[in-house]
This record gives sequence, C-alpha cells and structure tokens, in this order.
Amino acid sequence: MNSQDFQLLSGVVRDRSGLVLTEDKIYLLESRLVPLARQRGLNTLADLANELRRSNDAKLKDDITEAMTTNETFFFRDNKPFDIFKQSILPHLLETRSSRKTLRIWNAACSTGQEPYSVAMLLKEEAAKMAGWRVEILATDISNEVLEKAKSGLYSQFEVQRGLPIQLLIKYFQQMGEMWQIDSSIRAMVKFQNVNLLESLNMLGSFDVIFCRNVLIYFDHETKAKVLSKMHKIMANDGALFLGGAETVLGICDELNPVSGLKGVYTPATGGVLAAAG
Amino acid sequence: MASCLIVDDSKVVRMVARRILEDLKFEIREAEDGKHAMDSCLGGMPDVILLDWNMPVMNGIEFLRQLRNTEGGEAPVVIFCTTENDMAHIREAISAGANEYIMKPFDRAIIEAKFSQVGVL
Repeated sequence: MNSQDFQLLSGVVRDRSGLVLTEDKIYLLESRLVPLARQRGLNTLADLANELRRSNDAKLKDDITEAMTTNETFFFRDNKPFDIFKQSILPHLLETRSSRKTLRIWNAACSTGQEPYSVAMLLKEEAAKMAGWRVEILATDISNEVLEKAKSGLYSQFEVQRGLPIQLLIKYFQQMGEMWQIDSSIRAMVKFQNVNLLESLNMLGSFDVIFCRNVLIYFDHETKAKVLSKMHKIMANDGALFLGGAETVLGICDELNPVSGLKGVYTPATGGVLAAAG
Repeated sequence: MASCLIVDDSKVVRMVARRILEDLKFEIREAEDGKHAMDSCLGGMPDVILLDWNMPVMNGIEFLRQLRNTEGGEAPVVIFCTTENDMAHIREAISAGANEYIMKPFDRAIIEAKFSQVGVL
C-alpha cells in the first residue's frame, strides 16, 4: 500500500473513532479492508482509496471505521477484574447505596457483548444480596454490526469456551443448532447503544462503575486524556473505572487515581472510595 | 511440576494436547482408553485429567464414575474434552464429577482458558 493511501484510510479511522493506526499496522488494514473493498466490487485497497477520494461517501467512511474498530473479546476476560468487582467494588456499592438501591454500570466499547453479559451473570449470581435493587448495565460500541450481534446474545461454540465457566454455560445458555444463546433474563439486564467515545458522553448520565478495558491503548495521548476526563465527569465521586492491564491514567489524567491494592481500578482523585472499601 | 493424564483413543489428539500442555509446563502421561487411564491413576493420581468421552474398552463417563469412587480419586481435576457438544452430555459429565468441559475441536486458547478457570494454571 502506498503512503498516501495509508494516510487517507488511517485518517478516516482516526477522525471518526480516535483509533490511531501506525504504519506497522498496514497488515491489519489489509486484512480488514480488502473484504470491504470486494463487497463494493473493488479489487485492492488502492481502488478503495480512489473510490473514497472520488465519492467522499460518509457511509463508506463509516464502514471503514467499523471494520477497523471491531475487536476481540471474550467472557470474563482476564478473570481478575471480575474478581475485584465482585469482592471489593460491589460490596462497597451495596453498602453505600443501600438507601436508594440503584446501580449504574457502563461497559464502554463492549464489542460483541461478552463483557457486559459477564457482569450481568456475575450480578445474577449475587442476586441473593441484591433483592429490591435496580441495576442498569449500559453497553456501548461505535460499531452497529457488533451491537447487533451483542443484542442477539448468540455465540459460537468457540466463543462460549473462552473464559466462560461450564457451570455458567449450563445455567444461562441454550443451544440453538450450532450456536449458543444467552438466556433472555440476562439479555434483559443489558441495554445496548451506539456511542462514539470521541463525542459528548454527558447524555449517558452518571455511573457507579465504568469498564473501559483495552480501548485506550488504541488512542493517542491527547485522545486518551480527553476520553478519561469525560469519563471522570460522569462517574460517581466514589465510583470505579476499570482499565485494561496495559493501560493507566498516570501522566494522562490527574482527575483519576489508581486504587492501591486493586490492579486496573481507578477512582476520582477527589473522592476515592476504594480506600474505604479496603 | 503438575502432572496431566491425557486420555483419548486418538493418537493425533493426544499428541496435539501433549504439545500444548507441555508448553504450559505439565508433566504428561497418556492413556488410550478408560481402562488404561484407571490403571495409570491407581499407580499414582495425576493432578489433572483431560478426558475423552467415546473410547473403546471403558468410555470417559464410566472411567470418571469409577475414579470418583476410588480412594484418592476425588483429588484430580477432570476436564472432559469431547465431540459430544450437547447440553445433556455436559450436564451428565458435571453431575458425574467433572470440573470442566471442552467441546472439540479445541485449540490452545481454549485449553489455557479452561485450565486457568479450574485453577491449575
């Protein structure tokens, strides 16, 4: 791929999603965008780039962005954050919100839904402690295609075997031919919505917990800082933000602090519950 | 070093599983059916058993029931690994005392995920 074409295509993706593609990611562009080019009757990425210059078509730009921002995910990815949520964060929230009995959780960049459904199953397993509670799980992504898949709750045999304990498969899934579908009671706990993290997040309301794992790594420094600052604004003062293992707020956003002893968890610098949660 | 007994009547499957599990630092033993697996266990219980269902002589579920009724046989972590991929078989395996269940075909990612879930990785 020549440099101008790379600049054009990666520029579209960057403007629309914040995702930064460096030249070492050319292979990724090729593997994701060649199928898209073919769908439009074009043979190569050079043809696709020319088509984009000619038409400046917004739908084409959306399709390119969507193809590049779809990322792999699986149930209970990395395990540890879910243990921390269950053992440290949830007990704190149940205690401090016991009078209003509501919880709002946001999975930013949820991809095909495994993370919000993992949270939903985890909460369902804790149902005995949560009688009378109203829990809202909002799951968002920039790609409509992954959101449609997420809503359907249908997963392949391969997908249900990565991270999902067999007991939970037995309890919360039904076999549908070659696929497995997560139970409607779990699906009903999660609301899916298209949200671009580069745009305003204020309309989403305020959250007690935000999961935004393995998203910031794809952004440049400035975009990371903006997204973190916007998330901070819609977090409860004693709320928890979960980032991925290779991500941090340090040196990027001083409104948030890491929580000591809870790896990957960040909380507002002015609030900071989690010290209290012990 | 933790030990893993791979029980499968297919030599190819045993070889593939062995490669993955040796990379994960398991000491490997192999058996080609439930009967040989039982003999191997009586000589010393492994830490983990990766268990096929359909095998001649003694199948996986018969082996598992016998194992769990043997002295010391409650200790090994048993992970089924079979082409049987319907809920009825999965439930039967779990109620017979299996700890996890892998539906074939499997790959390295699935083995790693399942082994770490049951706490042996």
